Amino acid sequence: MSKTFKIGGIHPNDFKLTADKPIVWLDQPDKVQMMLYQQIGAPSICIVKVGDKLKKGQLIAEDGSFVSACQHAPISGTVTKIEKIRNTQGWYGEAVTIEADPDRGNDFMEASHPRTQEEVDALSVKEIIDIVDNRGVVGLGGATFPTRVKLLPPEGSKPEVIIVNAVECEPYLTCDDVLMRTYPNEIVKGIEVVMKVVNVKRAIIGIEDNKPEAIKIMRKAVEGRDDIKVVTLKKKYPQGGEKQLIAAVLGKEVKSGALPVSTGAVVNNVATIYTIFEAVYNDRPLIERVVTVTGPSLTNPGNFLATIGTPIRTLIEAAGGLPEDTGKVIAGGPMMGKAIVNIDAPTTKGMSGILVLPEAESHRKKEQVCIRCANCVNVCPMGLEPFLLSILAKKHNWEDCEKELVMNCIECGSCSYICPSHRPLLDYIKLGKQFVGGIIRNRNTKK
Amino acid sequence: MSNKLTVSVAPHIHTTNSVERCMWNVVIAMIPALIVSIYVFGLSALWVVLISVGASLLTEWAIDKFMFKRTPSITNGSALITGMLLAFNLPNILPWWMVVIGAVIAIGVGKMSFGGLGCNIWNPALVGRVFLLLSFPAAMTTWDSAVKSGVDATTSASIDASSGATMLATLKSHGHQLDSSQIDWWSLGIGDMNGCLGEVGSIAILIGLAYLLITRVITWHIPVAVIGATALSAWAFGCNPLLEILSGGLLLGAVFMATDYVTSPMSKKGQLIYGAMIGLITMIIRCYGSYPEGVSFAILLMNGFTPLINKYFKPRRFGEGGKR
Repeated sequence: MSKTFKIGGIHPNDFKLTADKPIVWLDQPDKVQMMLYQQIGAPSICIVKVGDKLKKGQLIAEDGSFVSACQHAPISGTVTKIEKIRNTQGWYGEAVTIEADPDRGNDFMEASHPRTQEEVDALSVKEIIDIVDNRGVVGLGGATFPTRVKLLPPEGSKPEVIIVNAVECEPYLTCDDVLMRTYPNEIVKGIEVVMKVVNVKRAIIGIEDNKPEAIKIMRKAVEGRDDIKVVTLKKKYPQGGEKQLIAAVLGKEVKSGALPVSTGAVVNNVATIYTIFEAVYNDRPLIERVVTVTGPSLTNPGNFLATIGTPIRTLIEAAGGLPEDTGKVIAGGPMMGKAIVNIDAPTTKGMSGILVLPEAESHRKKEQVCIRCANCVNVCPMGLEPFLLSILAKKHNWEDCEKELVMNCIECGSCSYICPSHRPLLDYIKLGKQFVGGIIRNRNTKK
Repeated sequence: MSNKLTVSVAPHIHTTNSVERCMWNVVIAMIPALIVSIYVFGLSALWVVLISVGASLLTEWAIDKFMFKRTPSITNGSALITGMLLAFNLPNILPWWMVVIGAVIAIGVGKMSFGGLGCNIWNPALVGRVFLLLSFPAAMTTWDSAVKSGVDATTSASIDASSGATMLATLKSHGHQLDSSQIDWWSLGIGDMNGCLGEVGSIAILIGLAYLLITRVITWHIPVAVIGATALSAWAFGCNPLLEILSGGLLLGAVFMATDYVTSPMSKKGQLIYGAMIGLITMIIRCYGSYPEGVSFAILLMNGFTPLINKYFKPRRFGEGGKR
């Protein structure tokens, strides 16, 4: 009997069109743009200037604060511009443009050197954390939380187990699946590094049962080990949510307002684990990642190993080009991904997929009245009442929004997905979270 | 090209479910009971249903068109359900104009006066039925004398087993104490007995319940709570639980009326309490009230409590303990 979380959840169609596609290496682009703000927290601080000659992997921006990350040159070349460009959402953000020099080749900078197993074993915890920090590793599941912060659990917390998030519950996306099928042993080494840093003796890899091949391969990679286990999870969205995953794997619920580590679990995405392996063993910074480029009308959907900073248009072209009937392009999966305004914007570290939807699937149906069917209440994985929260937020009743625990919402979108009246429940709840979050911050600073 | 992309907040996919689909699934679930009523009462049953549905649709259309001045919403099937449910709660020999009055009250007062679908507090079909019951008590309790009462005349000469009475009326006149050997259980199951149109075919209603559960239109909580609480209180009051469940409108109420989306609570906890209270109040009215039947009143009473139940019985929040 596979495990799953207990409260709510939905069962959307899989649409894993690229599940059997291998990782395809894309040619390095001639020009990349590195956004300086592509992680949660503070933007990175640029340390290069126009005209600088860079080697691939060279540091171009440093941590902006404790919660921030470094950035590196994804290709060898010359800095041609440092200016504000429009990101995928249409907002302006500072970015470093690097154009490849034909004569400089494509090698990593000389300082980069791979480590042997003995050298890795000899590294201290602090050294490993510095490597992870210096190589710009952030969470690749979508939230792009700086990994270094996750590896340093707060004072007083007692981590007991590492949970590797290999759930990939978003429909369409297969980048984690293909990564596990291609690099199982590297992932296991990455897990060992994280276990050493966080000082726990146990790790659990959670995979949903719609990826039997990945489960088989990962099981084989940890065969005969007691410390690392693979757990098969029953397919249900949003199982890849940190709190839902902990509930599914450990049967413990993170209390409202508490940190996930209060349950003893430190959760890391499997792609992040692989990046940690790359950083520690191969001394490689996070400058490329697997991106699933998919959609019902694409002629060649696939899993591409793409240089970060490549224009989204280039990736779509690799997948067969933008189809005639395109109505919407989404960064990420269809449940939580963000609709892209500008497909000439560069990819970022957190972009796990690019989903191209045809015009016919791009529009919402007409909103109808709420018939109080309670479907939104039944599917909410946090046990909230989306119908009520959306009405309260619509009426700007922030006080009651807070009392009804609007801040617990994880924005998984299950309520909007299930609503037979096609009501924009999550739109209003997000609005409510924004206002209530502001009110709470104000209150805390006054104290 | 890029300036033509659609942008919206996630999620970008949606179930194929819709209000219309929910409503039509309920209509489909009511068809077995409709077939039984036509089989038992003949074509007169079909007439009552057609008049009730026609009057309901017309009332909703007219109010939308001339009073709210908006596009009539009769195609979403909700007025159709109200019309069918009202007919299911009427005797087959009720004069046609009373059926029309019932439908106009059900839609006009029970639903549209609150603003239409999704806004009403009380179940519209039951508002129509109770209005008729209080206005025309004689006509509403006169039954077709050609149909059996469900009590077996051959096994017991001592009870009034003549046609033209419902099982519940017979039960009432005997203080809810009937020997189970006197009951024609087979007729009770397939619906070959007297009563309102839709309430007689117990097996047909259960088929409808199975369909609603399979298509996930409703969850099990309300029907099970209503039926369970009825059985429990029947046992506590010294009545025959199975007989109480199979007679009268209890099953019809538990499956089609109490589960009405708009007028029932949202959380599962709330739904269980709401259902259990309906079962208890029904049995109190049946045993101690002056009416033989109490399901309609029980559901309407609890409809009134629904906002309060919603306020005090929240769903189990993630991270607040609960069963583990």
